[in-house]
Amino acid sequence: MIRNKSVVKALNCVFLVAASIIGCGAFVPLVSSAQNNTPKHVSTDSLSKVNQLNEVNIKKIKISRRQTSSTPLQILSGEELQKLNSLSVADAVRFFSGVQLKDYGGIGGLKTINVRSMGTNHTAVFYDGVQLGNAQNGQVDLGKFSLDNIEEIELYNGQKSSIFQSAKGLASGSSLYLKSKQPDFANCRTQKIRAAIKGGSFGLVNPSLLWQSKISNSVYSSVSAEYKNANGRYKFRATNGVYDTTAVRTDGDIETMRLELGLNGVLPDSSKWRIKLYGYKDNQGLPGAVVNNVFAFSQRMWNRNLFAQSAYEKTVGKYSLLATAKYANDYQRYLNPDIVTVDGLQENNYYQQEIYVSLANKLELTKYWDVVLSADYQWNKLNADLYRFSYPVRNTILAALATQLHFERLDLQASLLSTLKYDSTKRGPEDPDRNELTPTILVSWQPFNQKEFRLRSFFKSIFRMPTFNDLYYTPYGFTVLKPEYTKQYDLGFTYLKAYENKLLSQFSIQADAYYNTVKDKIVAVPSNNQARWSMVNLGLVEIKGLDVNIQSAWQLASDLSLTAALTYTYQQAIDAAPSSPSYKDQITYVPVHSGSFMAGAAYKYFSANYSFIYTGERYNQSTNNIYNYVRPWYTHDAAVHYNTRWNKREIRINAEINNLLNQDYAVIENFPMPGRHYRFGLTYNY
Amino acid sequence: MKNLILLIAFSVLMASCRKDLKPIPEEQQQVIPPDPLSTVKGFYLVNEGNMNMNKASLDYMDYTKGIYRRNIYNEVNPSIVKGLGDVANDIGVYGSKLYIVVNVSNKVEVLDVRTGKRITQINITNCRYITFKDGKAYVSAYLGKVGDPKAPNGVVVQIDTVSLTEVKRVDVGRQPEEMAIVGQKLYVANSGGYSPGAYERTVSVVDLNSFAVIKNIAVAINLHRLKADQYGDLYVTSRGDYYDIPSKMFVIDTKTDEVKKTFDIAVSNLVIDGDIAYYYGSEWSYDEAKFTVTYGMLNVKNETLMDRGFISDGTDKSITIPYGIAVHPITKEVFVTDAKNYVSPGKLYCFNTAGQKKWTVTTGDIPAHFAFIY
Repeated sequence: MIRNKSVVKALNCVFLVAASIIGCGAFVPLVSSAQNNTPKHVSTDSLSKVNQLNEVNIKKIKISRRQTSSTPLQILSGEELQKLNSLSVADAVRFFSGVQLKDYGGIGGLKTINVRSMGTNHTAVFYDGVQLGNAQNGQVDLGKFSLDNIEEIELYNGQKSSIFQSAKGLASGSSLYLKSKQPDFANCRTQKIRAAIKGGSFGLVNPSLLWQSKISNSVYSSVSAEYKNANGRYKFRATNGVYDTTAVRTDGDIETMRLELGLNGVLPDSSKWRIKLYGYKDNQGLPGAVVNNVFAFSQRMWNRNLFAQSAYEKTVGKYSLLATAKYANDYQRYLNPDIVTVDGLQENNYYQQEIYVSLANKLELTKYWDVVLSADYQWNKLNADLYRFSYPVRNTILAALATQLHFERLDLQASLLSTLKYDSTKRGPEDPDRNELTPTILVSWQPFNQKEFRLRSFFKSIFRMPTFNDLYYTPYGFTVLKPEYTKQYDLGFTYLKAYENKLLSQFSIQADAYYNTVKDKIVAVPSNNQARWSMVNLGLVEIKGLDVNIQSAWQLASDLSLTAALTYTYQQAIDAAPSSPSYKDQITYVPVHSGSFMAGAAYKYFSANYSFIYTGERYNQSTNNIYNYVRPWYTHDAAVHYNTRWNKREIRINAEINNLLNQDYAVIENFPMPGRHYRFGLTYNY
Repeated sequence: MKNLILLIAFSVLMASCRKDLKPIPEEQQQVIPPDPLSTVKGFYLVNEGNMNMNKASLDYMDYTKGIYRRNIYNEVNPSIVKGLGDVANDIGVYGSKLYIVVNVSNKVEVLDVRTGKRITQINITNCRYITFKDGKAYVSAYLGKVGDPKAPNGVVVQIDTVSLTEVKRVDVGRQPEEMAIVGQKLYVANSGGYSPGAYERTVSVVDLNSFAVIKNIAVAINLHRLKADQYGDLYVTSRGDYYDIPSKMFVIDTKTDEVKKTFDIAVSNLVIDGDIAYYYGSEWSYDEAKFTVTYGMLNVKNETLMDRGFISDGTDKSITIPYGIAVHPITKEVFVTDAKNYVSPGKLYCFNTAGQKKWTVTTGDIPAHFAFIY
């Protein structure tokens, strides 16, 4: 069959490419031939001892959380994150295995993450420990989160491998944690400033400022401000082999502003507290699907997001407490000049509010046995000026009982999460109250005497509640919807090896095989005309997958180091609903094979980075036929960085080239991605 | 040097990883025995394709060969950028030309009816339906001007079928849908669909001589279908408001230009052939808590519902979403298309006059509108 043949061909491609890159690995250092020593990012932060994962530690193995986590954990942080060709969090998560980034293209295009094919709504995104909510559609646009103030990105399948967390932390199929830069003062400093400016293709101008200050020995503050402006224009190519046209993507302009204030401190009783205020505003064009005869668009969107969150952590003997609170206020305005109503141009305004409080209590029963009881309460409200809008309000109560047995070589965690949900509306029917109980079991085991090898496994049953859009979006009418349930079974291992005085200084691999099901998948189905779709619990998806992550560090000479990382994902994600017209077909936009390769080299003041992303053939609609077939795409990105000191100030200059071979591709059909594009940056640290 | 060779090898590999693109090929399938002497040579079936997917496609049933040809546009017209376009909303034949109204692509595509070869396109923003009379084509469009907050009204555009250019246009109601011409009057059903709080409720009457609206006939809210019978009557459907006001069908007498009869039935789509209107409709059933589809027939001569449908063998149970409907002008076979879930290839069913399934074939996505070729 054509399909099988091309699968083999695609596979060959991936491996040959990877092999040839590793083979000509020497070509990377060629780029970076010069002087001195790269200033290593060393964290001497007294408040958060997070950065112990700099694995490029030659003398001694550091078993990091990556190895010990009972759930698969992927991390990008610090220097590694800075070197990556990435502007936003969305660009960075492409390098994780088991992940599809749904990217509508361009600098302002919607970018959401789909982990292990369960669907976007099954991944919770946490910012400094508290979930970024969106009761309206359950989606977080990762393109809106600039990497400028992000220190670390973690992706957990299942949940974070720790029982001491809010009940919310247990309530999703997978979790993405974004951690902002924490104040970090060495050498008796009390002030630190980092100013940066980025620019390049799409007319990008992106200045930012981070000011950290030590108010007292126990209170630190940080201010982060960023402005971004881009006309969003880029060339793209459309061809079927006969026609071949290059056009310019227009109307994708964006202007954003972000201001973050953080305060954290330690009280005399050594309890910790932190407060964060976050404000974000944007104004952007919404380029639509590029179809025959339509290349320009007039829709626009404005967003305003505000939140304030605070956390308090205290330990008294065997008892620990973690309290969290958040208030969020979001506004979105949408304008569509293509639709003229009796009141003028179509315009919709959406107002969302969220209140969230959480209390987690941990008790160490014995040296080996902990129990945690967490309780969360969340209130969401959506107002919109839609015709016959129902003004829904949702109250959610989450309670989790979790326990952990931790021995020298075995770690067992089990949790039971109870979710109570109550909706109310001002107009029309409301979704019935829900009461769900879901278990999770996590195991991590070191079977042999060496710490290098660990086995892990988890089972998790969880669901997502139907969103306000699923239930109350007026043109769809009202439908009773059950929660969309997922079950995950995962079995994997991690292996880490360090070599002294060898060329290859460290090697690590983690691999996981998994089987997931998504039951009662919420899908839109038409009723009798296209304007009247309704949401139903219809779909059943079965996912069999394999995620592999390999990382290596090489010490080629005393001042020349190299890192190389490879990820590979195999996913058979099948529409398993017998009533479906595409029964047994691979689901939309999920490639069977995908992967990435990254290589970095550091030589004295210079460092260089190369990355490759491969997404195999897919289908853009549910039926696996010739009309829906989408060719594989793969992009090469490269970057060079130069670090220097000037009057004790640290200066960093970097240049990036993305989609080096100018490949024309689209992640989502008719939303073309940019061809070759560039980015330059200048960072000043004091 | 070694690196250079590797680099070259690697570049070559990269270049060969993606299959070469070629225009989307046509697929053929023998459906019935060939009939070289068939009066009706065949019919075109246009598939709308789901919005934003740019998957409008054209199929052709060739009676002389008994072959169903799927997706014929791209191989015949490979050089058209992005093909037929996004959401094909109507099709019509006039003279030697085939007209396809492509809604989101803002155009009327004009093809040679024999070969399917493209002649030209006529740009009309947000165009919906097409009808013909005396060398002119008339196209309804949702908005006359886009981006003008004070211009919510739609238009009917007159096109010369020789020069294939727009001649003139007339403002009608908001978001006009189907049209029919009786004598020298063009009737267009206004929906007002962009303002759910203020649906339109009229049929606009355009005098073709003056090309001006001479009357607005009050009917009901959110009108959609509009078909003329051979007795000078129009059958107009109202979609209701999907909440309290149910879907209904009305009969307008074009002699008086007034509503003369109301049928309290939900009609989603209908076709009139001779004395019979074939229709289907879906209504919310509170007992079963779902939409139930009914297939029915109506005698337009005495304006009464008939006590039988046009599917008698139970095939209706396997049709998920009936979408397009047509009647063979000679054999009176009835065609019904199934749009399934709107994002999968659909199905075309042919029923004989006894209501039994004669043949079925897989179509493009959202098979919808028919044009018979003699």
